[in-house]
Amino acid sequence: MIDLNELTIAKAHKHLVSGDFSAKEITESYLENIEEKNSDINAYLEIFDDATTQAEEADKIIKTKGKETSALTGIPLAVKDNILIKGRTASCGSKILEPYKASYDATAIKKLRESGAIFLGRANMDEFAMGSSTENSAFGPTKNPHDTSRVPGGSSGGAAAAVAMDGALAALGSDTGGSVRQPASFCGVVGFKPTYGAVSRYGLVAMASSFDQIGLLTKTVEDTEIVFNTIKGHDPLDSTSVKSSKSEIINHKSEIKIGVPSFLSQKDTPLEKDVLDNFNTSLNKLKELGCGIKEIELSSMEYSLPVYYIIMPAEVSSNLARFDGMRYGLRTEGEDLFADYAYTRGKGFGAEVRRRILLGTYVLSAGYHDAYYKKAVSVQNVIRKECENVFEDVDIIATPTSPTPAFKLGERVSDPVSMYLSDVLTVFANISGFPAISIPSGTVERDGKSLPLGLQFTASHFRENVLFDAGKKFETAQGM
Amino acid sequence: MDKKELEKLAHLARISISEEEAEDLQKDMEGILKYASQIQEFVTEKEEVQDRGHLCNVMRPDGEPHESGVYTDELLAQAPETERGYVKVKKILN
Repeated sequence: MIDLNELTIAKAHKHLVSGDFSAKEITESYLENIEEKNSDINAYLEIFDDATTQAEEADKIIKTKGKETSALTGIPLAVKDNILIKGRTASCGSKILEPYKASYDATAIKKLRESGAIFLGRANMDEFAMGSSTENSAFGPTKNPHDTSRVPGGSSGGAAAAVAMDGALAALGSDTGGSVRQPASFCGVVGFKPTYGAVSRYGLVAMASSFDQIGLLTKTVEDTEIVFNTIKGHDPLDSTSVKSSKSEIINHKSEIKIGVPSFLSQKDTPLEKDVLDNFNTSLNKLKELGCGIKEIELSSMEYSLPVYYIIMPAEVSSNLARFDGMRYGLRTEGEDLFADYAYTRGKGFGAEVRRRILLGTYVLSAGYHDAYYKKAVSVQNVIRKECENVFEDVDIIATPTSPTPAFKLGERVSDPVSMYLSDVLTVFANISGFPAISIPSGTVERDGKSLPLGLQFTASHFRENVLFDAGKKFETAQGM
Repeated sequence: MDKKELEKLAHLARISISEEEAEDLQKDMEGILKYASQIQEFVTEKEEVQDRGHLCNVMRPDGEPHESGVYTDELLAQAPETERGYVKVKKILN
């Protein structure tokens, strides 16, 4: 029996190459574990019937290539339900796309397929990636493997739970406002959002196009780096993907300078007491590792969440106009064409998606556009500039990933704004396009259960390498 | 936001909403808008409004088209209703 708990991509690769076990054996171990746990956790919406066949193919490659085998050949992955795999359902956790089967591979999927990775199944998510708890899935919530009365976070909650319950070695997610990092923090895994434009979004179902990025959930920073190096790069099919891989050109200085926003420790801190304590412990560890810690002022940062909740719904209302029941997905018949549209969208979309489409329609409509959308864009510019100035002085901005550990199922469903506040520390990276990573930083007790927390590092554009370096150092200090 | 305004938005967004749902939506949207309105207190300079970040046009050569019709069947297979190679919808003119 393979010890899945101890396994990482890097370790599994060595075992596969040296023949300790085959890709088929490791895939079967994961499938058994999923069979046992998924009925409780609901991390996966579907397990692909060809997973073992994919593994047999991978074994053939390993046999031929030996030591030259790619680092991801034979590695079992989970894929968030909004990333297209040709011939597979991609429902985005929504009724409106329940019948939809992808007619092409996303670029990230294509690259992973070419590297020999194995796709185990589709991971649950908040409908169209809108939510912070995975409770907005039309196919039932995912539960947190650390405490099944609590949420796994969201919107990539299924992907994070899949990795945390040893249901996959890593997972592809998407991060528009924190949707990879916040669930990573809640589930005790690493969550990474690359720089906007670093990874092609071709084949990722769009939510808010100026923020969306494909992100990763893994067990270690090293694993994140391995998968990122495989999926990154320019893609002619995504005009926002960036041509040069600047991350390899820029080298940071030997001492990593870390900036800590002063508002975190002030009186009206958004953090729960023991979350702040855990954060301060992490900072001390980083200091011992030789990192310079410096207090920074980011007065505009507190406006990043309200800015996000104007620009994001605006883009949502436009992007989701395509789901009208004509060309794909669900159609609900009405008395005329207009009624077909309205019933399909009224019945096919869940409450949160309808709310955001209406909100976006409102902030873009004549009379409100200047006060909301235009104003939000100018505040966004101020936030980005302020952060860029901070990055002249420090390599990384450190914060906790979320102000709280995982909350209870049902606790925030009836109050949208309280749900949104869960992303208060993650959205600034999206509205400024910065790369950011959440790394497990220990646990706190709630109702007798140990719940994971995350430490978030954010760096300037295309400086993923400094995130990985600092992240690996921090992991060593954590004894991981 | 009054009921009439919400109905107008729902019409613009092509979303049918029920009577009881309209009430909840009104309340939720007011709460969210109140939260988002915080940005009104933020003073910004005029030129920042114009600057939409690092934007540039991304063009590609308009060449090498694929052969006409090679993807038609595959794409139409996803449509709820088709007829003779077309997506079928209700008529819009009487």
